[in-house]
Amino acid sequence: MADLSINFAGVKSPNPFWLASAPPTNSAYQINKAFEKGWGGAVWKTIGTPVLNVSSRYGGFEYNGQKLVAINNVELISDRPLEVNLKEIRAVKKLWPDRAVIVSAMFEADPKVWHDAVKRIEDTGADAIELNYGCPHGMSERGMGSAVGQVPEYCTMITGWVTSVASIPVIVKLTPNITDIKKPALAAVAGNANAISLINTINSVIGVDLDNFQLKPNIGGKGGHGGYAGAAVKPIALSMLSEVMTLDPFKSYQLPISGMGGISTWRDAAEFLLLGASSLQVCTAVMHYGFRIIEDLCDGLSNWLDEKGASSITEIIGKSAPRYSAFNNFDLAYKVVAHIDPAKCINCNLCYIACDEGAHQCIDLCVDGVKINPDSYAGAARAKPVVREDDCVGCNLCSLVCPVDGCISMVEMDSGRDSITWGEITQKLPEVTLKWDEMQKYREEKGIHIH
Amino acid sequence: MQGSPLHLDELAQQFQEIKPPLSQREAVLEANRCLYCFDAPCIAACPTSIDVPTFIKKIATGNVFGSAKTILEANLVGATCSRVCPVEELCEGACVLNSDHQPIQIGRLQRYAMDYLYEKDLMPFEVAAPKAKKVAVVGAGPAGLVCAGELAKKGYDVTIFEKRSLPGGLSTYGIVVMREPIRVALSEVAFIQKLGVKLQTEVEVGVDISAEKLLADYDAIFLAVGMGQVPDLGIVGEEAKGVTEALSFIAETKLAEKEGLERLSKLPIGKEVAVIGAGNTAIDAATIAKRLGAERVTIVYRRSDKEMPAYDFEYEFIKNEGVEFRFLSQPVEVLHEDGWVKGLRCVKMKLGELGADGRRGVEASDESFVLSCDQVIKAIGQEKLSLAQLFSLETDRGYIKADETCQSSNPKVFAGGDCIRAKGAAMTVTAARDGKIAANAIHTMLTQ
Repeated sequence: MADLSINFAGVKSPNPFWLASAPPTNSAYQINKAFEKGWGGAVWKTIGTPVLNVSSRYGGFEYNGQKLVAINNVELISDRPLEVNLKEIRAVKKLWPDRAVIVSAMFEADPKVWHDAVKRIEDTGADAIELNYGCPHGMSERGMGSAVGQVPEYCTMITGWVTSVASIPVIVKLTPNITDIKKPALAAVAGNANAISLINTINSVIGVDLDNFQLKPNIGGKGGHGGYAGAAVKPIALSMLSEVMTLDPFKSYQLPISGMGGISTWRDAAEFLLLGASSLQVCTAVMHYGFRIIEDLCDGLSNWLDEKGASSITEIIGKSAPRYSAFNNFDLAYKVVAHIDPAKCINCNLCYIACDEGAHQCIDLCVDGVKINPDSYAGAARAKPVVREDDCVGCNLCSLVCPVDGCISMVEMDSGRDSITWGEITQKLPEVTLKWDEMQKYREEKGIHIH
Repeated sequence: MQGSPLHLDELAQQFQEIKPPLSQREAVLEANRCLYCFDAPCIAACPTSIDVPTFIKKIATGNVFGSAKTILEANLVGATCSRVCPVEELCEGACVLNSDHQPIQIGRLQRYAMDYLYEKDLMPFEVAAPKAKKVAVVGAGPAGLVCAGELAKKGYDVTIFEKRSLPGGLSTYGIVVMREPIRVALSEVAFIQKLGVKLQTEVEVGVDISAEKLLADYDAIFLAVGMGQVPDLGIVGEEAKGVTEALSFIAETKLAEKEGLERLSKLPIGKEVAVIGAGNTAIDAATIAKRLGAERVTIVYRRSDKEMPAYDFEYEFIKNEGVEFRFLSQPVEVLHEDGWVKGLRCVKMKLGELGADGRRGVEASDESFVLSCDQVIKAIGQEKLSLAQLFSLETDRGYIKADETCQSSNPKVFAGGDCIRAKGAAMTVTAARDGKIAANAIHTMLTQ
């Protein structure tokens, strides 16, 4: 069985799964329960300045009958007194010395306040501090949360106040509500952060009630932007993780990244690890199903590591990160075409309509190998989808809509052309990238036919 | 024979619809399972060509009213069809998910949309401006209702003549309660009436109104009279008390259920019931007998299980009901005492050569046996009606002869449903298809 333990910027935990700073980490009661179930760590729900919450806080995104594909919330940081939280943090850490107890914090932009906060947090015995620069609602209006995360200079300044006095690791949590995630990541580095975590929640309006036109969630007739999280945000989180992993301090693992954003299963977890995250935070899936999901998170991940012949988690961290690249570097000679396995095809013909109306018209409906016109065909035999390989651009759409596992595969073909990237063409043959007639000549010369 | 030995709540249990309705969430989840196939084979498998993926998608999006409209545009008796169609043989049998998963429960989803519409009493259609043309429809069963409804939508002045006291035909009288309670059939009729169709019940053509008068007063006539009585067996003792025929037996339970469980519980039911025949009606009668509380119900059939005309899924269903079978048994005498049935004497049969119909023939052996019973239910097909003669129409093996547009040998007279079903399966959905075809043909004729 593979070793799931991690050492993240000096913070140790028996497995990489931490509860993210959120409602599930609001109290000692919850975190004790979570640790009993096997969670490796927990980031305490953000402590800081006094707040008052509203009633009606979460909105759910339901898709095709699946509840909570994503959630959004307008809940603020902990609304329990600072003293209560600090006392409970101390008790939990004492009870669970082998688990990671990290304290998320958010205070007003005053170095004295921060210095005092760091001292009090360290006094609890907590393993690390996470700076919440991500919260997109409520706190941002008060100049905290994402209001800090969106301004790299503030991010560096406040991180500096904390790191200058902290003796435990400082993790900076980034907001995704920016255009280039690399900027705040580097700002955190400049503030001497020991690690970063990403992503916090995304600005969102979850929906509108069609019966009464109220926004969801409806807070006394009003609604506003809330933090979006859950399975639906995973691709955004993976993209931001990958972007940050192109930066030197992270690419070299000088600074580790705690990944989060839509991790619901061990599969999601494995993807974050492969792209370079070395600890994982989970919230929405727990809000949906409870702490018990930790069992399969660990079991599934462990079985997968065994299957891959990895003896520890560290062996697979970042394995896919070097593959993250830019369009300029993609091989234009690489070619795949769709192959439909007739033995597996159930004849829903979704591939046909997807290709015909949503892609590049490379699949025909045929009866006995002869193309038919579905608008006029009235025969008894079911028409079957057939790929015209010469025309297939390899877009993958048919294989993505196909409801049968393994029915449509994208098969690599020899394009007969030498490898070349757009970047190389731009460099060697700039006129091809600027003039259509030059492009036409280039295509003819290379045998690139676009139907 | 006495009333049902069951308590009323037990009886209620026995007579509720076999498949429960889908809840809203169940319907949404099931609807979302539909792949929304491009050229969906379920549409082609439906005799009325209901656009199944479209109505299912509309359930998934919460547009249940639109879903019901999609169904009714193709089939005005969609509520009945959703309950009685042999979906395994039709739409669900054609579902592409059969080969990879479980087929979509199309029938139950259709019922969900139909129930929604009838419970909320919604009307999705606008009737066209009235036309100065009159159409008479004879018979208020599925074929007649659909034809009448389609023509009324187009603005025709349509009157249905129904000889029985309630409209709905087999939906009202012939489909067992557990598949379709009368209220469903009647709400379907009420919907057709809302389209402007006039309905005259207890009017029998040839008795209360002549064929000549209909031909004289109406621009077109659609005959949808179904089938006649169950014929006599022609065996000794058949007149004994306790011998009944399946359709009346089923009709009594339908009417009784409509009036309440008390009435249902008072229907006389034997302790040991013999059902003669092995078609779908025989299965229905046996089911009813068992569920009313008969201790032992035996289906007696002169051929073997391989030749029985009932659907396979009906056979599977009835076996689970605890009904027994005596195959290769030909009833030859009803035994009775003091005028009441006490047994059925049967000759054991042997399977013979393959017949022209593809089924093996049977021949009598020397052996016979007596099946003890105090009730005999005959379910051996129905006679053809003599309406063809009244209208001087050509017939085909006793059925009214009609072409592919449902037109009879008299260009003004169209016919559909079971009364023209000389070949092919007699189903509600094929009757509905006939009604639609005839309505279109009548419309074409009257607009020329």
